[in-house]
Amino acid sequence: MSPDTLNAPAPERQAETAAVEFTVNGRPVAVRAGPFTRLTTVLRDHLGLTGTKVGCDAGDCGACTVRLDGRQVCACLVPLAQAAGCHVVTVEGLAEEGRLSALQRSFHLHGAAQCGICTPGMLMAASDLLARVAEPTAAEVEDALGGVLCRCTGYRKIVEAVVAAPSLPQEGNGAAEADEAPSVGRRLPRADGLAKLTGAERFGADAAPAEALWLRAVRSPHASARFEIGDLAPLHAKWPGLVRVLTAADVPGENSYGIYPHLKDQPVFAEGFARYRGEAVLALVGDRETVEAIPAAEIPIAWQPAEPVTGCAAAKAPDAPQLHGFAEGNELIRGYVEKGTPADVFADPAAAGAATVAEGTWRTGFVEHAYIEPEAGYAERVGQRLEVWGCTQAPYMDRDEVARVVGLAPEAVRIRPSACGGGFGGKLDVSIQPLLAVAAWVLERPVRGVYSRNESMAATTKRHPSEIAAKAAADAEGRLLALDFEGDFNTGAYASWGPTVAGRVPVHASGPYHLPNVRVLSRALYTNEPPAGAFRGFGVPQAAIAHECLMDDLAERLGRDPLAFRLANAIRPGQSTATGQVLEHSAGLAQCLEILQPRWRALRAAAEDFNAARRGRTRRGVGVGCMWYGIGNTALANPSDMRVVLDREGGLTLYNGAVDIGQGSATVMLQICADALGLPVSAFRQVVGDTDLTPDAGKTSASRQTFVSGKAAELAGLDLRGQILRLANAGPDAVLRLAGGTLEVVEGGRARSLALERLEQPLEGHGRFDPPTTPLDAKGQGSPYATYGFAAQLAELEVDLELGTVALHRIVAAHDLGRAVNPLLVEGQIEGGIAQGIGLALMEEYLPGRTENLHDYLIPSAGDVPEIEIHLVEDAEPLGPYGAKGIGEPALVPTAPAIFGAIRHATGVVVRQAPCLPHRLRALLKEAGHG
Amino acid sequence: MGVYLRPASLAEALDALASGSLTPLAGGTDLYPAQANLAAWNQAPDLDLLDISALPELRGVAEREDRWRLGALTIWSELLEAGLPDWFEGLRLAAREVGGRQIQNRGTLAGNLCNASPAADGVPALLALDAEVELASRAGSRRLPLAEFLLGNRRTARRPDELLVAIEIPKPAAPARATFLKLGARRYLVISIVMVAATLEVADGRVTAARVAVGSCSAVARRLPALEAALRGRPCDASLAEAVTADHLAELSPIDDARATAGYRSEAAVTLVRRALETLAAPGLERAA
Ligand SMILES: Cc1cc2nc3c(=O)[nH]c(=O)nc-3n(C[C@H](O)[C@H](O)[C@H](O)COP(=O)(O)OP(=O)(O)OC[C@H]3O[C@@H](n4cnc5c(N)ncnc54)[C@H](O)[C@@H]3O)c2cc1C
Ligand code: FES
Ligand code: FES
Repeated sequence: MSPDTLNAPAPERQAETAAVEFTVNGRPVAVRAGPFTRLTTVLRDHLGLTGTKVGCDAGDCGACTVRLDGRQVCACLVPLAQAAGCHVVTVEGLAEEGRLSALQRSFHLHGAAQCGICTPGMLMAASDLLARVAEPTAAEVEDALGGVLCRCTGYRKIVEAVVAAPSLPQEGNGAAEADEAPSVGRRLPRADGLAKLTGAERFGADAAPAEALWLRAVRSPHASARFEIGDLAPLHAKWPGLVRVLTAADVPGENSYGIYPHLKDQPVFAEGFARYRGEAVLALVGDRETVEAIPAAEIPIAWQPAEPVTGCAAAKAPDAPQLHGFAEGNELIRGYVEKGTPADVFADPAAAGAATVAEGTWRTGFVEHAYIEPEAGYAERVGQRLEVWGCTQAPYMDRDEVARVVGLAPEAVRIRPSACGGGFGGKLDVSIQPLLAVAAWVLERPVRGVYSRNESMAATTKRHPSEIAAKAAADAEGRLLALDFEGDFNTGAYASWGPTVAGRVPVHASGPYHLPNVRVLSRALYTNEPPAGAFRGFGVPQAAIAHECLMDDLAERLGRDPLAFRLANAIRPGQSTATGQVLEHSAGLAQCLEILQPRWRALRAAAEDFNAARRGRTRRGVGVGCMWYGIGNTALANPSDMRVVLDREGGLTLYNGAVDIGQGSATVMLQICADALGLPVSAFRQVVGDTDLTPDAGKTSASRQTFVSGKAAELAGLDLRGQILRLANAGPDAVLRLAGGTLEVVEGGRARSLALERLEQPLEGHGRFDPPTTPLDAKGQGSPYATYGFAAQLAELEVDLELGTVALHRIVAAHDLGRAVNPLLVEGQIEGGIAQGIGLALMEEYLPGRTENLHDYLIPSAGDVPEIEIHLVEDAEPLGPYGAKGIGEPALVPTAPAIFGAIRHATGVVVRQAPCLPHRLRALLKEAGHG
Repeated sequence: MGVYLRPASLAEALDALASGSLTPLAGGTDLYPAQANLAAWNQAPDLDLLDISALPELRGVAEREDRWRLGALTIWSELLEAGLPDWFEGLRLAAREVGGRQIQNRGTLAGNLCNASPAADGVPALLALDAEVELASRAGSRRLPLAEFLLGNRRTARRPDELLVAIEIPKPAAPARATFLKLGARRYLVISIVMVAATLEVADGRVTAARVAVGSCSAVARRLPALEAALRGRPCDASLAEAVTADHLAELSPIDDARATAGYRSEAAVTLVRRALETLAAPGLERAA
C-alpha cells in the first residue's frame, strides 16, 4: 500500500458542529471537526496538507508556522473555530503553478534545508517578512524567524537565503550543476532537496495506511518504581474504541533490545519495575480519539515509587541499589588506555622533566537531541512479514531489533525509512519501532504512532552527563609530557551506546596532541535517569572540554600563547596517538591552527584593546578549541555495501543504504559514485535505505558515511565502469554518455553504443569497504580507527560581568576533512555542529521532569548563532573516497572549549561546568572578584 | 467532550459565563501548551471553553481624554502597530520580547494578565504604566488596579463569571519616558529570568513620578515603592541609577529554578533596574519625551 493516499480522519473532541469555512492556499474549504481541533490537525489530517509539521504542539518550535490572514502563526495554537472566514497559506501554497518561488529556490541554492523538517515553518515565517519588507536585513530576518527552531543548520544559511531571495535571478534551481563532471568538490544543491521545499517530503508522521490503529504508550511518571497492572476489563468496557492494551506479556519475541548483542537490557515494556521516568509500561491501541482521551486516572496501574539513583556519585555509593543484575556497583563498562609511564611522571613531575602540572575537574549534564521531528511511523503485517515505516538513522539495526522483539528472522522484517527530521545520534536506537511492530504483529492490523514532544524528550536517549577529573604535565619548552584522565559517564537506566562512549573517550581524551605518557579510565554507570546513548561525538565533546581547559591552564602557567602552545603539540603524521597508532597521513590539525593564527592574533589583540580602553561592564575574549575524531566504529568492523545498477532500459540507479538524516549523504554518495563511474549525477536515480532493496551501508553515525559508505559507492561505481569498459572493449580513459536509454562509450573520438536491451542481466556494480582497524589490547593499544578528522575553532565573545551573560560575536572554524566532496553541505554540517556546540556550552541542560519540553529546554534560536567563518583544510586521506574523511561530529566538538577559552580570556575565570548558564558564570565572576 | 462556545456579542458571552464554569479562550497561546504538557502524561482535562475571539466589544485601541483603552483581545503585534505615544515604549519593548512573531501575532494582552504567570512580560510593563483592568459580568463591570487584580502565581481576582474586557492606562501627568529590559538565556522565545519595566515622569529636569516594576522575582511581578519614592524629586541624570540599593528590592522573593538561582535573580534585578534608569536618564531621551 502506498503511504501517499493515507490519512486517517482526525479525532473530534467536541460535539459535531457546522462545518467551518475558510480558504487554504486560495481554495475554499469546509471542515467539520471539533472547534478546538488544532489547525495543524485540520490541515494535516482533514485536508491532507502534511507540509505543515508538528514538532511540539505548544508554540515552541514553529515547525507548524502558516500564515493566517497574512500573519505568521503557529497552526498548533489556532483552534479550528478561529480559522472561520480566514485565509490560510501553507507551504504547499508557496509555489505557483508548479514553479518554486524565489524564496524556495534561494533556500535550495543556499543549502538552507538540511533535514527539512523546519523548512516549511521557516519558509512561511520568511514569506510573511518578505511580504512586509521588500529587502530585509539579516537582523530583520533573524527577528522574523526567531520563532522557528532549526536543529540542523545553525541558521546562517537560512538567513542568507532569505536575504538573497529578493535579488535572486529569475530562473535556475541549481539542477545544471548535476550535469557537470567531475562532481566531487562541487557545491551541488541537495539531490533530495526540492521535496523539502514544497511540503512534499514525507516524514515519520506524514503517512500511514488509512485503516491504521493508533498506539499510545503509557509511561512511568516515576524515576524508579514497582508497579502492578490491574484488571483491564473496566477500561475496555468504558472505552469501546480501545482495541487492545499491550504489556510485556504480549511481546511475541524477546522483551528486550539494545545496541550491543550482549547488552539487550532495555525492555519494550517494563516488567513490574520502571527504571526511569518515561519508560513505557503499556500501550493503548485503538482509534486515535480514544487512545488520546483515556486519562491516566482510569488506567489501572498501582505504583510503588522508590528512591531513585541519581547521578554518578549515587550510582557508585556502596549502599546504592543495583539496577541491573550483572552490573556490580552499577558499573556497565570501563574503557582504558595506557601509554608510556604516566604514573611515574605524576609521582615525581620534576624528575620526569615537567615544569608544570595542571589539574581540575569538569562536569556536564544531560543534553537532549531536540531534533524537531519527534519519533513517528507505522508498522504493518504483510503475511508472515512485517514492515516498519518511520524515521531512523540505522535501518538494518532496526530490522534486527524489531525481528528479535517480534520473534521473526531478520529477513522477515523490512524497514522503510521515511525522511528523517534530524537524528544527531538520537535515532540510532529504536524507540517507537518495537512498540508499533509488536502491536501490528499481534493485532494483524497496521498500527501507527507519533511521540509527543514531551514523550520524545522523556523517553529517548540523551548525551551522557560526565564527571571528569584530569591532570596534564608539560616541560619548560612547552611540550606536553603526560595526561591522566578519569571520567564517569552517566548512562542512565539502560546501556544503549554507553559502551561506545566508554570506548571512544579514552582514545580521544588526550586531545589531538602528541603525548608520550597517557592514562585514561572511563566508566559508564547505570542510574535511574533517561538512557544516555549516542549524541554527535559519543563522549568526545565532554572530554574535549576537559583537555582543552588543561591546554589553556598549561599555556597560562608556562606563559605561552594558547594557540601557539597547541600548535607546538599538535599531533602530526609519523607521530603516535595515545593508543600507539602511528598516524601516517591526513593529520591536519597543524594546518588548521596555522590558518587560524593570523585571525587569532588580530582578534586577541582587538579584544585586549577593548578591555584596556574600557572600564565598563563588559569584557571581550577570544578562545581556541581543538579536536580530533576517529571516523567510524571504535576498533570494530563497520563495513558498508553499495550497489549501482544499469538496467536494460538504460536506467541508472544507486541502491544506497546510507539514510540521509539531513547531513546530505544522498547527495554525496551520488557525487562520488558518479565520478567513479564517469557519468553525471543527473543520470542517476536513487533508492535510499530500504532494507529490502538496498544493501547494508551501516548506520548513519560516527561521521562514517562519507568515508566508509562513500568509499563503497566509489568502488561500486568503479566496478560498474570496469564492466562497461570490458563489454565495449574500451580502455580506462574512455568517456561514457548515457542519454535516452542508450549508453555510449567514446574513445579516441569514436563513439560506440552498447545495446543494453540485449544484455541478459542488468549491469551491477558492487562496492564494499570496511576501514582497516585493529582491536585494542588490555592497555587500549591498537589502531581503533582507519582515519581521524581534525579541527580547531576560535570563538570571539563579550561577557557581561554584572549579569554573567555571554554575547557571541563570531566563530572561526578550520576543519581538516580530507576532501570536501560537497563544500556547501560541509559548511552546513560545520555551522549546524557549531550551533549545537553553542547550546552545549551556554544553555542546554536536560532535567527529567523539569525541562521536558522545548519551552523549558532551550536550544539556540536564530539569534544565538553568530557569524561563522569557515576554512577547509583538505589533507587528503588515501583510504577515503577522493581523499574524504568525515565532518558530522567533528563540527561540534571544539565549539564549547573555544567558548570557554574565550570567557577565560575575557574575564580570567575558568569554566568547569557546562552549560555555563548566566547564574553559574556570574557566581564564578564574583569568586574572581568582579563585584 | 467539552463544551465550546463562540458567541458574537459580549452580552451572550457573559450570560454563558454566568451559567456555567467556562474557561475563556483568547489566542490560546497559554491554553494549548498547558494542554500539551498535561496530555503527555494522559492528564489533560476536558475543557469547557468560551472562545471570546469573536467579541467585537473586546477589540481595538482607543484614546480617551485622560487615558488609553486597550481592548482585551489586542494582540502584541497590534500593540506594536497602533502608533501609541512614546511613553508606551516599555510596553512595546515587552511586546517585542514575548515569544517569537507567531506568538505576538496570536497572544493577547489580556491573556497574558489572566494567565498570571510570574514570568509574564506584559505585567511589569503594565504595572509601570499604572494600568487598570476592566472586568465585566452580567452583574455589571468593575475596575481594578492591575496590582490588585494579580493575586499570585496563576491566581487573579477575576470571578469565574467575569471577563477581562479592557486594559486602561492613565495618561501621565508630566512628560513620561519608559523602558523594559528582559534577561533570558537565549535571544528569542525565552522565558524571562528577570525583567524590569520603568516609567519616569519628568518635569524641569526632575523626576516627578517614578514607577518601577520587576518580574520573575516573586509570585507576581511587583512595583518597588521604596525606590520610586527615593527617585522622586531627583534630577533625571546618571545619578538615578546610583540611587538604587539592594534594600529597595527587599520585597522581592525570588526562587531557585531550572533557569537561575534565587540569589542570582536578586542581584540581576538590581542590575537591570539600574540599567533601566540609566537608559531613561540618557540625554537623547529628553526630546523623545
Ligand atoms: C512559544 C511561546 C512563547 C511565549 N513567550 C512568552 C514570553 O516571552 N513572555 C510572556 O509573557 N509570555 C509568553 N508566552 C505566553 C503567552 O503567549 C502570553 O501570555 C499571551 O499573551 C497569552 O494570551 P492568549 O490570548 O494567547 O491567552 P489564552 O491562552 O487564550 O488564555 C490564557 C489564560 O487567560 C484566560 N483569558 C484570556 N483572555 C481572557 C479574558 N479576556 N478574560 C478572562 N480570562 C481570559 C484564559 O482562560 C487562560 O486561562 C509564550 C507562549 C508561547 C506558546
Ligand atoms: S508544532 Fe506548533 S510550534 Fe511546534
Ligand atoms: S533543517 Fe532545520 S531542523 Fe533540520
